[in-house]
Amino acid sequence: MKRDDIHTKRPAAFGPTAINVYGLRVTLGNRAIFDDISFTVPRGSIVGLLGPSGCGKTTLLRSVVGIQRSTAGHVQVLGHPAGSPALSSRVGYVTQAPSVYADLTVLENLRYFSAALGMRGWRREDAVVRVVKEVDLAEYADQPVARLSGGQCSRVSLAVALLGTPDLLVMDEPTVALDPLVRRELWSVFRRLADEGTTLLVSSHVMDEADRCDGLLLMRGGQLLASCDRAELLAHTGCDSVESAFMRLVNPSQGAPAPTRPPVAAGLVPAPSPASVLVDVPADAHASFFAQEAAR
Amino acid sequence: MLVIPCMLMVLLKLMFGHAGGSFDRVGPQVFGIFPVIVMYLVGSVSTLRERTSGTAERLLTLPMQRLDIVLGYCLAFTFLALLSTLLAVGPLGLEIKGPAYLLMVVAMLGALLGLALGLLVSAFARNEFQAVQFLPAGVLPQFLVCGLFVPRDEMHGSLAAQAKVMPMTYAVQAAGEAARHTGVTGVFVRDALLILVCVVGVLVASAATLKR
Repeated sequence: MKRDDIHTKRPAAFGPTAINVYGLRVTLGNRAIFDDISFTVPRGSIVGLLGPSGCGKTTLLRSVVGIQRSTAGHVQVLGHPAGSPALSSRVGYVTQAPSVYADLTVLENLRYFSAALGMRGWRREDAVVRVVKEVDLAEYADQPVARLSGGQCSRVSLAVALLGTPDLLVMDEPTVALDPLVRRELWSVFRRLADEGTTLLVSSHVMDEADRCDGLLLMRGGQLLASCDRAELLAHTGCDSVESAFMRLVNPSQGAPAPTRPPVAAGLVPAPSPASVLVDVPADAHASFFAQEAAR
Repeated sequence: MLVIPCMLMVLLKLMFGHAGGSFDRVGPQVFGIFPVIVMYLVGSVSTLRERTSGTAERLLTLPMQRLDIVLGYCLAFTFLALLSTLLAVGPLGLEIKGPAYLLMVVAMLGALLGLALGLLVSAFARNEFQAVQFLPAGVLPQFLVCGLFVPRDEMHGSLAAQAKVMPMTYAVQAAGEAARHTGVTGVFVRDALLILVCVVGVLVASAATLKR
């Protein structure tokens, strides 16, 4: 019987936690999306939430933003309960589909949402000009969003989220379906934001994205498989890529990465088996943990 | 949004051109009907787009209340209704006994009613197609029994009773009151209040459906 738990102290440079999730459960109808999810995200870091499509990533992100009703557990964001009014201008949320008005121009969208954030006059114009520069859309600023390409659209959506200079930026698959150049550009924006002290929680089903994250949350079928950084994950599983490490965690007996889609992706969440125990629920900000897998 | 109601009124006037006073009877009543239907369509589709494109969700993560969104929509739509009534009443020479602003009040209340119904429906419709399908189900029956085609006291008792619980009836009645009397009548005030209560009720219900 192999135990998959490791305890590694995170470098102190990351500071206090931005997100603290404990025992979170979300059910829709009779179906449990996930049960008993716990993790922490340190401030000023980029954390990637990785997992196959349909494993509950979006629901988890929505819980962090505070627009998902949870059945049990609690989510603490920047020292407040998720979704509390104090957070509304400090947390930016970028949904999977670009949520901007397609008939308006880039500038009109930004002006509208900055007004909704309560900005007026020169402060508003300042913020609009700043985010247009940040996402590098200056030459398209007067174009209707409907005429922009997919990548430009999602950059507009990102720009809207940056308007309020959020302390926490939650992004749902911001780089999926983008060409490699745009993706690289976006990641350099993310990195700069993190260096300036913003915390970023980014979801993706592309495991390669893990290389650019400080911390990783691996998810599958409504269960959190791992919460650690990339080096820890690779060292622990003895794999050379995050993708094979993920497959190793899903099925420890299997050495090689299996190309099969996990059965849970079909929408069924397996009942937690008795041997599947969360080994180290983080009591403090610096602990990381692995969830143990039952399959042997 | 502004030109088409005017065109419809011109059409109505031409249609009743030879029928003497018919236009003066039907014309005002239309002010209780058109705003409801037009604003229902525009309101339901635009809020549905907000919901499906994710902008509604985004707005909810910003520091604003659900009521802010709903009231913002109300303000914009009543303003549009006011403009289109101004355009329709002004040049058409519609002769009413009461002051013209009463008709505008009716039109604005009608627009609010349509918007509120549209907002509520957008919560139950999955796409624009379904929202438009709710029009014949929810709004057109009100249109048929509201008293425009057949006066309500000539209708079968059960139909008249149905008309009594439908808010559009009161919009039409209020418009008729404004056309027939020189001042603000008690019936007008009662009808206007009834519509307003209805609007507030539906708006509160639809704000509740803007769930987080």
